Amino acid sequence: MEILNYAFMQRALLAAVLVGITAPAIGIYLVQRRQALMGDGIGHVAMTGVGLGFLLSWSPVWMATLVSVLGAVLMELIRWYGRTRGDIALAMLFYGGMAGGVMFINLSPGGSNANLTSYLFGSLSTVSESDVTAICLLAAFVVLVTLGLRRQLFAVSQDEEFARVTGLPVRALNLLTAVTAAVTVTVAMRVVGLLLVSALMVVPVAAAQQLSRSFAATFAIAVAIGVAVTLGGTVTSYYQDVPPGATIVLLTIAAFMLLTALATPLARRRAKAAGRPAGDPAECVLAESPEQAVPAGRRP
Amino acid sequence: MSEPVISLRGVRAELGSRPVLRGIDLTVGRGEVVALLGANGSGKSTAVRSVIGQVPATSGEIELFGTPRARFRDWKRVGYVPQRTTAAGGVPATVTEVVSSGRLSRARFGMLRKADHEAVRHALELVGMADRAKDSVDALSGGQHQRVLIARALASEPDLLIMDEPMAGVDLASQEVLAGTLREEVGKGTTVLLVLHELGPLEPLIDRAVVLRDGCVVHDGPPPKAVGQHALPGHDHVHPHEAADAAPIRTGLLS
Repeated sequence: MEILNYAFMQRALLAAVLVGITAPAIGIYLVQRRQALMGDGIGHVAMTGVGLGFLLSWSPVWMATLVSVLGAVLMELIRWYGRTRGDIALAMLFYGGMAGGVMFINLSPGGSNANLTSYLFGSLSTVSESDVTAICLLAAFVVLVTLGLRRQLFAVSQDEEFARVTGLPVRALNLLTAVTAAVTVTVAMRVVGLLLVSALMVVPVAAAQQLSRSFAATFAIAVAIGVAVTLGGTVTSYYQDVPPGATIVLLTIAAFMLLTALATPLARRRAKAAGRPAGDPAECVLAESPEQAVPAGRRP
Repeated sequence: MSEPVISLRGVRAELGSRPVLRGIDLTVGRGEVVALLGANGSGKSTAVRSVIGQVPATSGEIELFGTPRARFRDWKRVGYVPQRTTAAGGVPATVTEVVSSGRLSRARFGMLRKADHEAVRHALELVGMADRAKDSVDALSGGQHQRVLIARALASEPDLLIMDEPMAGVDLASQEVLAGTLREEVGKGTTVLLVLHELGPLEPLIDRAVVLRDGCVVHDGPPPKAVGQHALPGHDHVHPHEAADAAPIRTGLLS
């Protein structure tokens, strides 16, 4: 494996594995809350952080973390208070964030949109030693939250109103979800890029759903798909000299299509094993009396 | 009557800037089964949602088990069935996974022990869904969804059950199962506050009916004898029934 002889590839592969784990791990809660595109919005906001990092000569990764966390908190606040025109406020946040990034990077000495490109679409060769440290720390936070608080996050994402009556701190958990999503965006930024990060949060979860019936299985399969595609994409981009972010996202979509194609025969076999017909019965038969129309087990 | 389990005094609430509750008084005593009735838009759902804190009251006092609602922390004593047509979210989940979240109020740091898993299984048995425990909620019928939501409320073994239209969209067979479940709970001394569109199979269980109209209590006493809201005092029949039945599916997930 000559690929492992290069320090930059070791760093890239480590970052890729961490992205493969963290993006679907937080993405599953976003999909569960039907906020699948929240990661995309945070990605746009993070661009301002990258731009500010260049302008102030601070680490773009940490600056992007700071700005996207602030952006995510702001989005959550808009969700609470600005019910009527929430979508408009979010749109302003997204595009303001993107415009801010482009503006700041062009204002910074020697900066141009070219610097931004590696953050937008990901770049393996530029993952530095300090980037890897940051990515490891941030990924540890994401894993701790998404696994350690899985029951609480599941309850809040499944039914917020009910979760309130179990005494869970609903607002705090919503904020934590938003912050964790923002942190994940910056973890994934170097590998898949800000514009593609949302795909890794959503598509592995959608692909896993084709096979699973439980939340726990969906979680596990989505993370497995995430790790497989980020590793596969990274290795491919090394050998074929193609951009890693795009390769990873296209592989994820391919995995989704493959699993969707496999899902239908699988569901049929499962239904047969369970002794129940899949979907609609083959043909309908009228019951002979109204009593027979109700299955025995369901009768009062 | 001993110390009331639920007590509302002069509660007002608004949705947007529209007043929905105009100063209602409501008391539910220990072991009582109280039905909250009224036409669509009369404020009955808002009343129970103000009790659990989902809708803020603009004035008035709300107490649960004698504690002002804002300071109430003993949520394991309350089981809540929100108005839903589905128990499903955006990701597949099994019946057990959904019902387990009802046990979180009794779990420390979200860790479920053996006794908690037992309680979840027992709650599923109560609603006759134990055989579907490992199935995805996506595969259930409307009545079964409602049974799962009720099992989730029962999982914490509550002293008080608050249910918002538990019979909406439920087939007759499931209605009978639910009525049976509720009869057992009431037999154990559980206090119940239910929002209902009509009394239906639950009628024999109900001790008292409180009827709301335009955000005010217009009746508080024995349940009306005739069936359906046509029999309610002051029912002036201004709303088309089709529109009432075709209320939009509210999952609460987008708001």
